[in-house]
Amino acid sequence: MSYAQAMPVNTGSVTDFPVETYRQDFPILEQTVRNQPLVYLDNAATAQKPRKVIEVLDGYYRSYNSNIHRGVHTLSELATEAYETAREKVRHFINASSLKEIIFVRGTTEGINLVAQSYGRSRLRAGDEIIISTMEHHSNIVPWQLICEQTGAVLKVIPINDAGELDMDEYKNLLGERTRIVAIAHISNALGTVNPVAEINALAHAAGAVVIIDGAQAAPHTRLDMAELDCDFYTFSGHKLFGPTGIGVLYGKQALLEDMPPYHGGGDMIKMVTFEKTLYNDLPYKFEAGTPYIAGVIGLGAALDYVKDVDVDRIQDYEHELLQYATRAAASVPGLRLIGTAAEKAGILSFVVDGIHPHDLGTILDHDGIAIRTGHHCAMPVMERYGIPATARASFAFYNTAGEVDRLIAGIDKAKNIFK
Amino acid sequence: MFGLKDLYQEVIVDHNRSPRNFGELNPPGRKLEGYNPLCGDRLTLYLEQDGDQIADIKFNGSGCAISIASASLMTEGVKGKSVQEAETVFADFHELLTGADLDIDMSRMGKLAVLAGVRDYPSRVKCATLCWHTLHALLAGDDAPVSTE
Repeated sequence: MSYAQAMPVNTGSVTDFPVETYRQDFPILEQTVRNQPLVYLDNAATAQKPRKVIEVLDGYYRSYNSNIHRGVHTLSELATEAYETAREKVRHFINASSLKEIIFVRGTTEGINLVAQSYGRSRLRAGDEIIISTMEHHSNIVPWQLICEQTGAVLKVIPINDAGELDMDEYKNLLGERTRIVAIAHISNALGTVNPVAEINALAHAAGAVVIIDGAQAAPHTRLDMAELDCDFYTFSGHKLFGPTGIGVLYGKQALLEDMPPYHGGGDMIKMVTFEKTLYNDLPYKFEAGTPYIAGVIGLGAALDYVKDVDVDRIQDYEHELLQYATRAAASVPGLRLIGTAAEKAGILSFVVDGIHPHDLGTILDHDGIAIRTGHHCAMPVMERYGIPATARASFAFYNTAGEVDRLIAGIDKAKNIFK
Repeated sequence: MFGLKDLYQEVIVDHNRSPRNFGELNPPGRKLEGYNPLCGDRLTLYLEQDGDQIADIKFNGSGCAISIASASLMTEGVKGKSVQEAETVFADFHELLTGADLDIDMSRMGKLAVLAGVRDYPSRVKCATLCWHTLHALLAGDDAPVSTE
């Protein structure tokens, strides 16, 4: 009897979630890998693209590829309108109050670097403090180390407990009059932990610090509401949100962005240039130097339309049940240890299996057409915290099924047989 | 096309479970660290040379089954050989895993032939060759840690 038969996933609130219908929206899922139907469980690395996004990218290049914000010709006007319409889609998706607060960047990494360099460099003084946490992705560690080297600011790190949850008491202890910036992941890519963003923000604001939230893992899986969370900065990538790679969003409160110097200099971010003085453009263009990834922005807009149609709340509910199902199934495998067992978790299952290195497991699963991620997940301090070199990580999207979880578990059993 | 059973042959599983020449030399002789930053595999080679001959060799570290078994098989394969002989084996082994066609005299490969299946998994070739790159650098007199990236 399969695990699926024992504990059907389609119960309760998500009985009517038409996962098989949604799967048909993703052409890539139709293929076989090594003669087995593809089971794609590497969504935390990048998510697959619905047909609608692929068609929008194709349509842009076929019919109205043109540069934005300067041409008076028809194609340029079409491209500009599509580009700015996508900005409005983003604003609506995250409930920001103004289009001026939506900056297009290459991805989460660039969003964090922009804040570190523009906000950080202009304000940080030697001895100022930046708080991050043990569970951060390297992209939310290294930009802060760079700015610390440049300014003499000091990095402080919130520890995590064995379950992979932030030590909020220690966070309160670390917050002080020298704290200037707090930079925390909304959802940990290595552990799946969902952090209490609203509380993190409120505590930091009380201490006079600003917060940047790394939303790379959260954006595809949970409703984002900048007003409700009271975020200063929030950044995420398009490609984990079923959009193209190479495009992402930085949200920032308008008042903060107004006061910040530009990050990159170039075309589009200026009003007037002379050799004596350059007048910078208004928000959001001040932070969008050079020809942007126009197709990517339009494609991201299409991805947001798609996610809105499916409904983020229903996605969250379905993925929660799928994660619970996968967690129970994994717990039934002798010798398997979950890394990251927070009370609040998103669809990420990080684990190690006795006697099997994650890379061997990854290769064996690939042989059955199952794609997972193995390694340190760009979070080496997390691996150090748990005293392991690497984990295997299965990460889910709303197009994954209980049957796919069953195949993952069967693959792990196969690996155990090889190494027994 | 190799199958999974070709990749994880009994010999590899065995050398992973009970690696040969595992540990440090005493006295330690010359040593060098090899590191695969992509996956975190890390090993240290210990070498005692007698003139041109590899008198003794040991390794320790952690990594996947392919990297541990490869290091174990390598130490067995090169112990007692001359530096030139070891380099020739490395060249053959590298060709076996990355070469365009398999026109290698497999009889020269000895037990190392069990790793031939790795050639079908390009992302795993570095696992199998980390120990060899480290040995190559150690024999050349390098003292900076070896990285496969």
